Amino acid sequence: MNSSPPLLQVSDLVRHYALPREKLFGPPPTVKALNGVSFAVQAGKSVGIVGESGSGKSTIARLVMALDTPTSGSVALEGRNLHTLSKADLRTARRDFQMVFQDPYGSLDPRQTVARIVAEPLEALAETRRAEQRERAAEALAAVGLRTTDLDKYPHEFSGGQRQRIAIARALITRPKLIVADEPVSALDVSVQAQVLNLMQDLQQQFGISYLLISHDLAVVNHLCDDVCVVFKGQIVERGEPAELFANAQHPYTRTLLSAVLHTPSR
Amino acid sequence: MPLLEVNDLHIGLQTQRGPAEAVRGISFSLERGETLGIVGESGCGKSITVMSLMGLLPSTAKVTGSIKLDGQELVGLPEKQMCQIRGNRIGMIFQEPMTALNPVHTIARQVGEPLMLHRGLTKAQARKEALDLLDRVGIPDAASRLDAYPHQFSGGQRQRIGIAMALACGPDLLIADEPTTALDVTIQKQVLDLIQSLVKEMGMALILISHDLGVISQTVSKMLVMYGGSVVESGPTEDVFARRAHPYTQGLFAARPAIGAPRGLRLATIRGSVPELVDLPPGCPFAGRCAYTVDACHATRPSATVLPPDHAVRCMRLEEIAAIAGKEAVAP
Repeated sequence: MNSSPPLLQVSDLVRHYALPREKLFGPPPTVKALNGVSFAVQAGKSVGIVGESGSGKSTIARLVMALDTPTSGSVALEGRNLHTLSKADLRTARRDFQMVFQDPYGSLDPRQTVARIVAEPLEALAETRRAEQRERAAEALAAVGLRTTDLDKYPHEFSGGQRQRIAIARALITRPKLIVADEPVSALDVSVQAQVLNLMQDLQQQFGISYLLISHDLAVVNHLCDDVCVVFKGQIVERGEPAELFANAQHPYTRTLLSAVLHTPSR
Repeated sequence: MPLLEVNDLHIGLQTQRGPAEAVRGISFSLERGETLGIVGESGCGKSITVMSLMGLLPSTAKVTGSIKLDGQELVGLPEKQMCQIRGNRIGMIFQEPMTALNPVHTIARQVGEPLMLHRGLTKAQARKEALDLLDRVGIPDAASRLDAYPHQFSGGQRQRIGIAMALACGPDLLIADEPTTALDVTIQKQVLDLIQSLVKEMGMALILISHDLGVISQTVSKMLVMYGGSVVESGPTEDVFARRAHPYTQGLFAARPAIGAPRGLRLATIRGSVPELVDLPPGCPFAGRCAYTVDACHATRPSATVLPPDHAVRCMRLEEIAAIAGKEAVAP
């Protein structure tokens, strides 16, 4: 096997959330969002997390992005545990992992220009000057198929698909090794979905980016990922290569998911 | 006489950028018990079309053409009379079950409300009827949950409550606007199965709006493909799925990733983006994005070509495209 540590190693991740106390003297009830999830992402490869709402897949994304702290377990990026880093170190480490959110309408600040939105991660790293930031923003926009003239526009001037490109450009600008994408195409129309999926595929080949793709759509995961983990009630119940897994599902939950897919008859 | 007959429907909307024609002359009819699907992407006019059937367009909208329900003209009908039809003879299921339900009313009250309004039932009778309806849509232990509020139910259960509300008065026509988009895939199937079995059982006609071709193929017997306010292709679902005559329909099908497709395959995309309604070209709405565009496409709107028995396509280059596609199929 591989001797160098994987790009991302998630080990035995547990996250329980405490709910408001129901009885005055009793322990507060907890939601067990994640119950020991482990997986690895090798550099340049992509992993998909499939599951339904409430299965814990978005909790995985939040923990991997270090936006939330696990109850126990660890997330290591290139061997470094993200949750034990100091605030300043975490901030610099963030250049290597970026996120693309589901809703291209809610995730871009309507009052900022595209140039500011896209360059913001660089500004947070505080290593570059304004002029260089603008140049890098233009580069990132070009990589996602937008124009330099778009830098001074505002988000409302763009369609949903274009906004998702802007969000991807913002994730690309720090030249990350890993992009966590939480349902990146589910808010988009079918034909626009295809454009964004192709773009993600191109960027993967061009820059060697790994994706951690969170989705409920098996076809999207099949299209983009080398490995799939099926999450159910906070645990990974099945994993494997998408083609093999979908053709040969063992766990009843995976089968339920597959049988719920409505196929369009092919010609 | 068909239950619903829509003829040359035009809807003009006032937008910030000036007047826009959101629906540009669509016609279809629906018999009792028939199921119709409308597919298209955001901004194609599919939701506006069904909103006009419900009489729920903004007051500035201009509607011309005709919508006849059982022979009664709905275009220009005074609001008072429209209220007799809405929720009574036409029921509607909305996309987002959380926002369609009122969070401060119990579900018994919400499901019973149309019965008190349209059928003149008393509160107690409406409550009893609501219980039957909730049982029927599969809310477990409905009797003890009548006084629960929407937030106490899961997404799938809320959509079932929305269905119970739409069905309360036994409508002749049920409209479902993206009823499963907000739901998980396994719940989606349950809800679609429920809608289908209720439609069959109660002999209603169904109009189902969806952007998901899988949902359409498994639920309805005939379909319309809409683009830029026009119906570009229509006919029995099987025929449309088998022939995919219009270039837009072809593009829509090709763009979907499929389970089991080999890795590294690129998806076919439709170049460009959906035009805004204000900027719709005078000719074919798909002109410019379509790979087969010729000058004539920009100039005039294509008329419908009927492929017997009743599969209609609005494309002026239908034969040429079939010939090109045929050659490509043979060549490689």
